[in-house]
Amino acid sequence: MRAPASDLPIVLAAVGVRAGTQDILRDVSLVFQPGAPTAILGPNGAGKSTLIRVAAGLLQPSLGSVTWGGLSAKSLQRRAIVFQRPVMLRRSVAGNLAFALAAAGCPRAHCAAAVERLLARVSLGALHDRPARRLSGGEQQRLALARALAREPEILFLDEPTNNLDPAATKAVEAIIRDADASGIKVVMATHDLGQARRLCGDVVFLANGAVVETAGAADFFSRPRTEKAAAFLRGDIVE
Amino acid sequence: MLRRRLFIAGLVFATLAPCAYAQDKSIVVASTTSTQDSGLFGHILPLFKAKTGIEVKVVAQGTGQALDTARRGDADVVFVHAKAQEEKFLAEGFGVKRFPVMYNDFVLIGPKADPAGVKGTKDIVAALKTIKAKAAPFVSRGDRSGTHSAELRLWKVAEIDIAKDKGPWYREIGQGMGAALNTAASMEGYVISDRGTWISFKNKGDLVIAVEGDKRLFNQYGVMLVNPEKHPSVKKELGQAFIDWLISPEGQKAIADYKIDGQQLFYPNANDPSA
Amino acid sequence: MSGFHTAMELVLQGDASLYAIVRLSLLVSLSAVVIAALVGFPFGAWLALTRFPGRDAVIIVLNACMGLPPVVIGLAVFLLLSRSGPLGSWGLLFTPQAMVIAEAILVAPIVAALARQTIEDLWLEYRAELEAMGATPLRRVGALLWDARLSLLTVLLAGFGRAAAEVGAVMIVGGNIDGFTRTMTTAIALETSKGDLPLAMGLGAVLIAIVVAINGVVWGMRSYGERKAG
Repeated sequence: MRAPASDLPIVLAAVGVRAGTQDILRDVSLVFQPGAPTAILGPNGAGKSTLIRVAAGLLQPSLGSVTWGGLSAKSLQRRAIVFQRPVMLRRSVAGNLAFALAAAGCPRAHCAAAVERLLARVSLGALHDRPARRLSGGEQQRLALARALAREPEILFLDEPTNNLDPAATKAVEAIIRDADASGIKVVMATHDLGQARRLCGDVVFLANGAVVETAGAADFFSRPRTEKAAAFLRGDIVE
Repeated sequence: MLRRRLFIAGLVFATLAPCAYAQDKSIVVASTTSTQDSGLFGHILPLFKAKTGIEVKVVAQGTGQALDTARRGDADVVFVHAKAQEEKFLAEGFGVKRFPVMYNDFVLIGPKADPAGVKGTKDIVAALKTIKAKAAPFVSRGDRSGTHSAELRLWKVAEIDIAKDKGPWYREIGQGMGAALNTAASMEGYVISDRGTWISFKNKGDLVIAVEGDKRLFNQYGVMLVNPEKHPSVKKELGQAFIDWLISPEGQKAIADYKIDGQQLFYPNANDPSA
Repeated sequence: MSGFHTAMELVLQGDASLYAIVRLSLLVSLSAVVIAALVGFPFGAWLALTRFPGRDAVIIVLNACMGLPPVVIGLAVFLLLSRSGPLGSWGLLFTPQAMVIAEAILVAPIVAALARQTIEDLWLEYRAELEAMGATPLRRVGALLWDARLSLLTVLLAGFGRAAAEVGAVMIVGGNIDGFTRTMTTAIALETSKGDLPLAMGLGAVLIAIVVAINGVVWGMRSYGERKAG
């Protein structure tokens, strides 16, 4: 089966996700367009991770619908995701990448070269043979990004990509995200680091308590939030 | 991955395959623990193989079990020591013909301390009566073996219904000769053993021969080819070759030559048609 | 202590029949483990990754089968392979192959049950990541088996331990034939019944030494693998 010409725009129409009696997402309608990275902002428990998983096609919504480029294809071919706590396979750094490449359908003959190229892209070439689970948090995050890039995605979902990383590691990860953006990949990232959203993103989805409160261009959102909740969040108040 | 699978499959095949071909010139003999535990086979089988190239695989069981193995067709030859059971086996049509091979005798083994006071007597029946009367510990094979049959026959001669009259002093262990001797050694009991196993037994402890030399302790071994008409898988030429060798002068001499510490264990008597 | 001395003597003399017995023991145990692994790993992996009604019952039965009584299995295989049994025409009774079959039946549930647990634990950890990578079911199973390989090595060791230590089943289906189906354990049983307790202990010491050596080798492989793959 051929991949669709494009997975974009991603359209979420009246999406709801229920877990037991709890609504994790409520009536979320959004469109992700090609362009600068989109930040999904909001306090802990707002439903950011769930929204990312739904948009990536990994989680079937309880209500509403999601389409990618106008199709409801569930195939993950043009999408990639990096989880908040990526799990390293019990293999070497190169082994992790080789597996991701093979799973993405990369022909065996091209695999070795692709591994080297991706490792260079995330500056992990020197750690080629190191067991992935012995890497530092920042290195693991970079390897997870490389694994995601191995899929040659059109859209890259990131869930708190620099959570718990020190400034140097954060800087390295952000460089990779910029590089991905520059190469034409649409980045959608959940973060609660406002500075990071300001540095990287072109527009913002602000989520609170499972519902979309505000969507706006990043510059507008940070300088003139339209809702009281967003303003409170930007001030650093506790938002429920 | 695939190459590794193939390698493993090859390994398994290589493990199993050679055994299948090694069987060609070999027979399975169901025999008794007494012939194996006494070491007789270890002495005579290499001689037979050197002469004929036939490998004899001995499965050592009690006589009753050995005959059952043959009844199922899992052996080519039976070599056992319980004439009544052997004749029943023949009558059922499972055996071709019975050939007497050799004899030795049973002995009553008991602890040096001799709690029943039977040591040195010559009358096995009187000795068993005394053991029963004094309730001295007695170990029975209890496994339908030739030795077990002989023991039951002797209780009968002593007019004791052992199935009914046994008490806690009478221990049926349901195991081979060696195990029975080990048990007797550890509990200071009496036990009936064939002489061959007794001589070669290495864990005698405080055990000694208590009663021997009674005619009723005679122990005859016979050999039979399993009937190929019942079980076509029986290798009748090879099996008969083994039987012919056992009763030939050469085989008989090999049996007579087997000695431990200068003591002869088995006495060939293939020329005695009534044995 | 006399057993230890006998063991040393046996080894130092390089007794040919001892080597034949050791070789057969290892061959039978390892073949059984290989067969059990070929059956048990895929089955365990399948059970770890699928959900169906009655799955819990299957797991309970499988776990219980780790404690199958060897004598019962020996008897069942004996009756199957006996000339009068359904597979009698194969002529396998009283051969090493029969012993391998009985041991494989004893070891396979151990391998399958422990593999199921190991793989399921790893699956819980890997699941989201493997799905996100778009790995096909076959590739997922491959990744789980490969990445759990060091733990699965220990599973194989447990199976090998059972096979190497087993005496009841191999005695029944192998017949303890000198030079043909006599293994370490049946030889020990035989020497015990012959009252040669020092020799029995000596053989026992050799068997234990071999099992310890194999465990040592596997431990070395594990440590090396862990350094390499984390």
